Amino acid sequence: MWKFLHKLASPPHFYDLSAKIIPWFVVPGTILIIYGTIAGLFYAPPDYQQGDAFRIIYVHVPAAYLSMLAYTLMAVSAGIGLIWRIKLSHAVAAAAAPLGAWFTFLALITGSIWGRPMWGTWWEWGDPRLTSELIMLFLYFGYMALRAAIDDTTKADKASAVLALVGAVNIPIIHFSVEWWSSLHQGATIVRADGPAMPTEMLFPLLAMILGFSLVFGALLLGRVRSEVLFRERRSRWVKNVVLASGEQG
Amino acid sequence: MMEALAMGGYGGYVWSSFGLTLIVVIICVVQVKRRHQQVFSDIKTRLRAMETDQ
Amino acid sequence: MKPRQQRMLAVGLAGAGIVIAAVLTLQAFKENMMFYVEISEVAQGNYPQDRNFRVGGLVVDGSVKRQPGELEVEFAVSDLENELVITYDGILPDLFREGQGIIAHGQMGDDGTFVADEVLAKHDENYMPPEVADTLAKHAAAKEAALKAEQVQP
Repeated sequence: MWKFLHKLASPPHFYDLSAKIIPWFVVPGTILIIYGTIAGLFYAPPDYQQGDAFRIIYVHVPAAYLSMLAYTLMAVSAGIGLIWRIKLSHAVAAAAAPLGAWFTFLALITGSIWGRPMWGTWWEWGDPRLTSELIMLFLYFGYMALRAAIDDTTKADKASAVLALVGAVNIPIIHFSVEWWSSLHQGATIVRADGPAMPTEMLFPLLAMILGFSLVFGALLLGRVRSEVLFRERRSRWVKNVVLASGEQG
Repeated sequence: MMEALAMGGYGGYVWSSFGLTLIVVIICVVQVKRRHQQVFSDIKTRLRAMETDQ
Repeated sequence: MKPRQQRMLAVGLAGAGIVIAAVLTLQAFKENMMFYVEISEVAQGNYPQDRNFRVGGLVVDGSVKRQPGELEVEFAVSDLENELVITYDGILPDLFREGQGIIAHGQMGDDGTFVADEVLAKHDENYMPPEVADTLAKHAAAKEAALKAEQVQP
């Protein structure tokens, strides 16, 4: 197990293996998203209160979920990189940030589009769930700006890792904000002690979307880590071989 | 058909959410590919520069 | 840029980020903690004078009154103990209906009604098709009727 992990964490092996793994994320992910979109838009029944507007859930929830997953991944990888000095984990953290920022942006905008007709407002300043999600967007921006501002990769890794870890406090705040404070946002629907508060014909497309988007996110992350690894190891022999072997197609 | 697209009057909200999601995913995919090509070509340029140095 | 300038920029950006985050969080606390007043508190007269605050509760069944042809609407909200009459001149959210949880922002008028400048609807985490909701409502009504019948016949 350790041997396998160690091998995986070595950049050349990761580079080879990830190329083979990516299609296994993209293909099922795309199929799940296509199923989820069609089933969610046309086959799931409308909600008794929100009518067809509730269908925004099929893009909003996966985006919000991935925005938090990406941050968690970024903070954990940064922490691992800081403690065990594994090169690959800093590359993962650096790759997760822009993707996380995009999904946070998407969660905020789709939430806003959903909030307008249902709650009666595009945005509510001071709402804990909305505010903490917006703070996460700024954390992503701060992380990327910090990285961009420091030329030395090792120093950039360390400084940004500290920022990622400090900002991780925000993750439980986002998650529990709807319980700790009064928020316009409702509580959890899927993950509940008494089971999901949703019938299966609504739930299955949602689960398919969450899983599908997670797989596509995984593929995007691997793709970004590949570039990151290549760049970081640009002076090494194996990268030289990879680039030369690619011929003119690269 | 038109009725299904109208989403009971919420068509604008629903379709813009899905459309935006599609756009963001496409941007993410394009960014990943671009970045990879960029890194590749940068390294290639460097390798060529090194060859001419020798 | 020189390395030192870069470091300064980095620290500056990180600092700005933390300041923005802190301001937003403080704002969240302020809005949520200080300016939300329970209906029972309002009933006792414990509310900020000459200042906007929020109240929240369930729209009381049968309390919604509308002038024909006008936006102005009057309704009562309840926290299941006390009620508060709210008047509002504006477009209500689509989720607004009797029995729904709402949050209103505004201040107390002289006549003891709450004059809202914004009404927001809150929904719960339950999603279901309309038919299921109907069936549930029917079952609930039947249960209540059965319970009443039981109480009448000891």
